[in-house]
Amino acid sequence: MTSAAFLCLFALAILGYVWNRQAATAIRAGGARLHSLEGFHGFYALLTVLVPVLLVMLLWLVLQGQVVDSLLRSGIAGHLEGRSAGEVQLILAEIKSISRGMVFGTPEPWKIDAAERYLALTARAQTLLLVVVVVLSLVLVVLGRSKVSAEFRARHGVERIVSGLMIACSVVAIVVTLGIVASLLFETLRFFERVPVTEFLFGTNWEPQIPLREDQVAAEGAFGWIPVMLGTLVITVIALVVAVPVGLMTAIYLNEFAPRKFRAVAKPFLEILAGVPTVVYGFFAILVVAPAMRAFAASLGVDVSPNIALAAGSVMGIMLIPFISSFADDALSAVPQSLRDGALGLGATRAEMMLDVLFPAAIPGIVGGVLLAVSRAIGETMIVVMAAGLIAKMTINPLDSVTTVTVQIVTLLIGDTSFDNPKTLAAFALGMMLFVLTLMINVLALRIVRKYREAYD
Amino acid sequence: MTDLTARDTLFSGAGSSRAKRRNRKQVILQGLGLAAISFAALMLFILIASLIVTGHKAFVQTHVTIEVHVDPEAIPVEGLPRGGFRDVLLASLQKQFPEVSGRSELRSLQNILSNGAQFQLRDMIEANPALIGRTVTLKVPVSDPFDQLAKGLVKRETPEAQRRVNDREIAWFDALDAAGMISKPINWGLITNADSRFPELAGLKGALVGSFWALLVCFLISFPLGIGAAIYLEEFAPKNRLSDLIEVNINNLAAVPSVVFGLLALAVFIGWFGMPRSAPIVGGMTLALMTMPTIIIATRAALKAVPPSIREAALGVGASRHQVVFGHVLPLAMPGILTGTIIGLAQALGETAPLLLIGMNAFITSAPSSPFDSATALPTQIFIWADSPERGFVSRTSAAILVLLTFLVTMNAIAIYLRSRFERKW
Repeated sequence: MTSAAFLCLFALAILGYVWNRQAATAIRAGGARLHSLEGFHGFYALLTVLVPVLLVMLLWLVLQGQVVDSLLRSGIAGHLEGRSAGEVQLILAEIKSISRGMVFGTPEPWKIDAAERYLALTARAQTLLLVVVVVLSLVLVVLGRSKVSAEFRARHGVERIVSGLMIACSVVAIVVTLGIVASLLFETLRFFERVPVTEFLFGTNWEPQIPLREDQVAAEGAFGWIPVMLGTLVITVIALVVAVPVGLMTAIYLNEFAPRKFRAVAKPFLEILAGVPTVVYGFFAILVVAPAMRAFAASLGVDVSPNIALAAGSVMGIMLIPFISSFADDALSAVPQSLRDGALGLGATRAEMMLDVLFPAAIPGIVGGVLLAVSRAIGETMIVVMAAGLIAKMTINPLDSVTTVTVQIVTLLIGDTSFDNPKTLAAFALGMMLFVLTLMINVLALRIVRKYREAYD
Repeated sequence: MTDLTARDTLFSGAGSSRAKRRNRKQVILQGLGLAAISFAALMLFILIASLIVTGHKAFVQTHVTIEVHVDPEAIPVEGLPRGGFRDVLLASLQKQFPEVSGRSELRSLQNILSNGAQFQLRDMIEANPALIGRTVTLKVPVSDPFDQLAKGLVKRETPEAQRRVNDREIAWFDALDAAGMISKPINWGLITNADSRFPELAGLKGALVGSFWALLVCFLISFPLGIGAAIYLEEFAPKNRLSDLIEVNINNLAAVPSVVFGLLALAVFIGWFGMPRSAPIVGGMTLALMTMPTIIIATRAALKAVPPSIREAALGVGASRHQVVFGHVLPLAMPGILTGTIIGLAQALGETAPLLLIGMNAFITSAPSSPFDSATALPTQIFIWADSPERGFVSRTSAAILVLLTFLVTMNAIAIYLRSRFERKW
């Protein structure tokens, strides 16, 4: 039914285009001088039909579910009295699955009635949508046709609509940011209603297991994020220890010493390394790196944890090598040629020119790149989800197993999630911290990079 | 005194030792640079090599060809699609090994065949009930332990107690092999089957279709939005607070961790809008939000590369600013825009974390038929298989990664081709 509505809309919009275009052609054939080309008259009709009706349809589709739900709920209000929100959700889900023909056991008759009512309501909403779409489009087509005249400024109209659409597209970026902030903030505030802020920020114990049932014996959940953050730092530091020297050396060599042909081969190969999906790096960590490290440690007689932090961290470091090297390469290339020439002219070797002149001059750009790599490492998810541990410990031992913010977010949210549970909400609180932290680092890094670029321009 | 000798050496030809030192420093720096690149190259080589070494075995699948007498007693026509397909298969295996008897022995004999064998027979007979009473030749996968044995992943030298197949089972398998009933054809099941608990039956069809729907949704949303935003910002936007704000937002969105987009999708699309969990449409919408900044940045670069003379010429002959952009600048920038879009979509194809949060890691044994059905995607399927304890999934995971990498390489190659073929240097 929805697709029928879409089809009707598109058909009517095209009809409007053809109709207006023909009308404009007829006027021109009559000897009058048109303000706008015939095509613009057509497009004017097309856009004035398409844009508002599509908006109405999207709004309708978003709201329809809610409205039907509330009608359904009011229909069976008697049966829902005195039940918790979770139970009501379950009942509604059951009614919907009955309406789809998936009946398990013998549901109460009132549920079957409700399922039929649900089907009827949905069908009625869909029919109504089709009627609304057709009527609205027809009205707009006729309205558009009535505007066609020699003096009508169809091109201006079209351009105004297109400009409006483009501004709307640009504003989406702001809307997404606001959406992220709002959703994180909303759920985080609900989390802090249950768990005090101070406990979250300064607690040194992270045990998000909470009793699922009232009668279950389990420890009270503990939500102190310090050990989780500590684990994130351990892995980030390991990653940087691998990535920064290798990335910088690669950039220095490619920028100054590599023959042109070598550079032409090495650059795309670094791009391949950058294009490998993180889930592949994660599998690489558990398939090759972690077993190799365990075997090596065992041959030295050292006992290490199976989810050794060193494995996840160093694989993340490999992932960051192309990232750092391309930033450093850009920063080195941005140093003006005159500085290179000056140093070489004074008799410096190329190594001295690189280490004593170019590198110091490029430091701000390199620092910006490293900062972006830090934010990447903190926010990186798949490698650590697959290769790092789950239990939060207060340790900075790279041979131990640690957990990270992103690992906790994913493990808390995989599986069944309901939004009235501190476990789920804790993930949003962690997400909020992650977002704020990476945002601050990114803003700082971008500012450093930009400021430095301007200095030489 | 030392000062004096130092000065002496500088002038007395021994200065060449200092030159040597300076040159050595340069050699060391170059060596370090080469070592760094070699390290990165070595890591990439080990990564690919380990995937190929473990993954290539999943591209073939051990099958056993058996003659099955479809006993009308066990499978009556009127009983279809139910019937004793398992027993019929066992009876035909037993013909090979008349000496096998007893319940537990029979059961372990039956375990040679994959659990999917009975369903393959059922589908075959259901499609053609006339086969009942006749003898059909059936080629079915063997179960995972025997597949591993045939591929040499289960070593015969390991003590029996630590092996997944015991000596008797190996003897049976060797007998089948000697009878010429074992074959190792190309494993098309890897792309024509959906997911399964049994490694020998598990395939990527569901994941491929799921990824296709998600990418389609992602493209349909991010491409028009990204181009619209980029054209406005590059060609029309006045320098004011709003356009500055938009620009800062786009740059920041490009650097927000992907898992945060997953949280957004979970809270907004699933929590507030009540969209279905695990559905490619939600996955595609999430990926679209992440791909949009990439497309905007690429489009702006492509628009910037079109020389101002084109714009001036078009304006000079009386085109409006919109006509200039849509009639001249945009078509010239299109190759660059498409290149950026394909690269953005390739990134989206490999993205995993946000899809995990919206539940695209469910266990689903059929391919989705629309973007609203539950599905997995290629990277989440890799994650699921990597997490599975069965040995057979290790090589399947590597094989799935190779499939994913093939797609990524193809997409990037198309992008590079487009860039070299159509992009004009001004």
